[in-house]
Amino acid sequence: MMPVIGLVVNPYAGIGGPLARKGSDERHLIAQALHTGAILSSAQRARRAVDAIRTATATHILTGPGAFGADMAPGADIVTLTEITHTARDTATLVSSFQGRVDLILFCGGDGTARDVAAANCCDVPILGIPAGVKMHSAVFARSPERAGQAAAAFLDSAVRPVERVEILDLDEAARRNGRLSAELFAVARSPVARGVRQKPKAGGGDLLAETDAALGDYVRRMETGQNYVLGPGTTMSALKDRLGGGTLLGVDLARDRRIIARDLTEDQLLTHLATPASARIVLTVVGGQGFLLGRGNQQISARVIERVGPDRIDVICAADKLAALSPQELTVDTGDVALDARLSGYRQVTTGPGRRQVVRVVF
Amino acid sequence: MTASIAHRSKAQFAGVHAARWAEPVVMEMTYPGRRGVVFDDAPAPALPEGAMRKAAPVLPEMTEHDALRHYLHLSQMTLGMMGVSLFGTCTMKYNPRLGERAALQHLSHIHPLQHPDTLQGILELYANFNDFLCEVSGMDQFVFQAGGGADAAYTHACVTRAYHAARGELAQRDQIITTIQTHPCSPATANAAGFEVITLSLEEGGYPSLEQLKSVIGPRTAALMVNNPDDMGIYNPDIKEWVRLVHEAGGLCFYDHANFNGVMTRLRARELGFDACMYMLHKTFGAPKGGGGPAVGAYGCAEHLVPFLPSPLVVRDGERFTLDDDRPQSIGKVREFWGNAPQVLKAYVWARAMGAEGLREAADISVLANNYMDLRLGQVRGVSRSNPDVTAPRMEMTRHSVDQVTQDTGCTVVDISNRMTDFGIDALWLSHEPWLVAEPFTPEAGELWSREDIDYWIDVLEHVVTEAYETPELVKSAPHNAPIHQLKGADMADPDTWATTWRAYRRKHADRLAAE
Repeated sequence: MMPVIGLVVNPYAGIGGPLARKGSDERHLIAQALHTGAILSSAQRARRAVDAIRTATATHILTGPGAFGADMAPGADIVTLTEITHTARDTATLVSSFQGRVDLILFCGGDGTARDVAAANCCDVPILGIPAGVKMHSAVFARSPERAGQAAAAFLDSAVRPVERVEILDLDEAARRNGRLSAELFAVARSPVARGVRQKPKAGGGDLLAETDAALGDYVRRMETGQNYVLGPGTTMSALKDRLGGGTLLGVDLARDRRIIARDLTEDQLLTHLATPASARIVLTVVGGQGFLLGRGNQQISARVIERVGPDRIDVICAADKLAALSPQELTVDTGDVALDARLSGYRQVTTGPGRRQVVRVVF
Repeated sequence: MTASIAHRSKAQFAGVHAARWAEPVVMEMTYPGRRGVVFDDAPAPALPEGAMRKAAPVLPEMTEHDALRHYLHLSQMTLGMMGVSLFGTCTMKYNPRLGERAALQHLSHIHPLQHPDTLQGILELYANFNDFLCEVSGMDQFVFQAGGGADAAYTHACVTRAYHAARGELAQRDQIITTIQTHPCSPATANAAGFEVITLSLEEGGYPSLEQLKSVIGPRTAALMVNNPDDMGIYNPDIKEWVRLVHEAGGLCFYDHANFNGVMTRLRARELGFDACMYMLHKTFGAPKGGGGPAVGAYGCAEHLVPFLPSPLVVRDGERFTLDDDRPQSIGKVREFWGNAPQVLKAYVWARAMGAEGLREAADISVLANNYMDLRLGQVRGVSRSNPDVTAPRMEMTRHSVDQVTQDTGCTVVDISNRMTDFGIDALWLSHEPWLVAEPFTPEAGELWSREDIDYWIDVLEHVVTEAYETPELVKSAPHNAPIHQLKGADMADPDTWATTWRAYRRKHADRLAAE
């Protein structure tokens, strides 16, 4: 049976970019942008991805009407929208209608669209992003529309269709327009391996997973009794938490004596837990595809929390391929406290496997 | 381009087609009753009762001629490395027939278990080659036991362990430092020997900064293991200071000379301060190589590490040569006997034929050839060099990328490599892991390939890139002139498809076999 792709295009994705806005989430921005003659670039980008798919393989496409996909994918089967709201609801309706009918959801937009797609994707269909937004912190995006199309085709042609868990982050745009940066980790979705963010080394994927897993096992073995461990969010940290009785995927948890003792803590709750004479360590991974160590998706681990624990008591665990994909080869911290950011910057050793560490420069 | 080169290019462009036989699996060629030679007087196997088969094994029944023809066909379809091969990091060299003949004539009738008195010729050769490499490197002793570059790196990791243990510092010194583009066998062997590995990342200059190195050196430092240049071809000018800093902290320094070709006779590892180094005789020193061997990693070290070398060592005693096995601090054996002696002999033949001046000329030609190639590759649409912002000169090779071509056309570097084989170009070497550039390839011309060969190689790449932009399907479905079409990678990851035995093949492909 021929594979089916569910295509959903956010027609307004990226519209805020040329206006020097930090995103396009607010509805009045769309009106303003259209008024000032902004070009809808997401349509062009979606068309490039569709062309790449059709060059590479034969597939059915199921999509929304007009600007939601049909315009860019001639010959596609179209899902009728009974009401067009020009909001995130349109995306959600289409994604809901794809459930059980498609092998892969290809969406065109930015972090906001990714978030909407993930929220409506109740059957956990693999998803892949065509980059067209202003903000693209999530690891679900391919590096270019062509890469998205090629990765989608390769995925559908593959006998095994390998997927991995990727993080969906989004910034609070209103806060950002006010000069504050605030990113949250909203969801974890399944996405094709080798989305084309970079090409995977030959047959390296499985081994790297095993490497990371062994590194986590090694870390747990070395955990000291009586010490508090602040465990950040993300898939790698979630695997660590699984070894400690299970914790949250998106939240910050606390462990002691190799057990999770508190889950999904706020900054204040963390500070309360840490107000003991017991020493503590913070364990982090690199969140999203942008090389952020602190300040994106893990703001609960605030400057105050870090000061309480001690800036030199932070351990970082991250798969080697995630580090290799960073360009430039550096990690970023943004705790909101410039003096602390300066102290956290410099060369840091990141654990990439059992007995393996890589030195990465941390900047702010 | 001169007329003759263009003429040659044109001829080669038109004239490649590999042998292609519709050859069944040998088990499918059986015909009851056919057989080869039967020896009526063959002795019964001297095996215990329990080890004897109850029934005869299922083997194909065929004549000697059928069997020979079958394997000749297979060999014609699998014989590679016969076109232009700029297979980077492997330093492709011509393997003189003289070396083959010498190995066949002089080594096929002796065995390392003979008494050394009857092996004086080969022992003298080992001793002479040792002297030669000591002169090239500045080291005090070489050993040829390691069966390849990775094995030599492992030898060093073991020597490091023994050295620190002898000084009572092994418990404290548990970290080995390397760099992200050093050959991956350095971190792997350091791990295998029980050390923790700290990998330094590249910075603006194309190599890690001194500050980065300083951030990891300390009382736990056991050794530094590096290539210089690495396969990006940039020579780290701070290397002497690196070695000084590691020594100051109490660590050893190992120079993996996998990329020695561009610096032969231009530097000596010992003069830069290194305690040990390694040469690959099957790459840099003109001995042949095959898929995974046989190979030799010649490991050399300074006097303070000699007690820890694998045994035996060949010792010159006046006019005589003996084998020294009585070395209590030795790490033991990393390979049986004295390593791959035929390879050592072939490398020695090559080295003696080249001489000191020949080595220098070869090094210079390899750098010149790479820079010529680099210049022309820079003019090919969609081809870029790794770390394009780094202006430091590249020596005998560098990593390139066709990422732009892939983004524009969907044709990956593997597609392009496949298509190039249609023109008599051997498959490209892509890149060591990790892949820091997307869609990488790493060509190395060395001193072997003529300007016509290099030009032809680039002409083909240019032609295939043009095809990628104009007729991407043609490139993606390549090779078209090779013995078989491209392999389906997915099948290799599908346990229902692949089979390593005839029994499994019949089970997994029962439907297809029945249909036939």
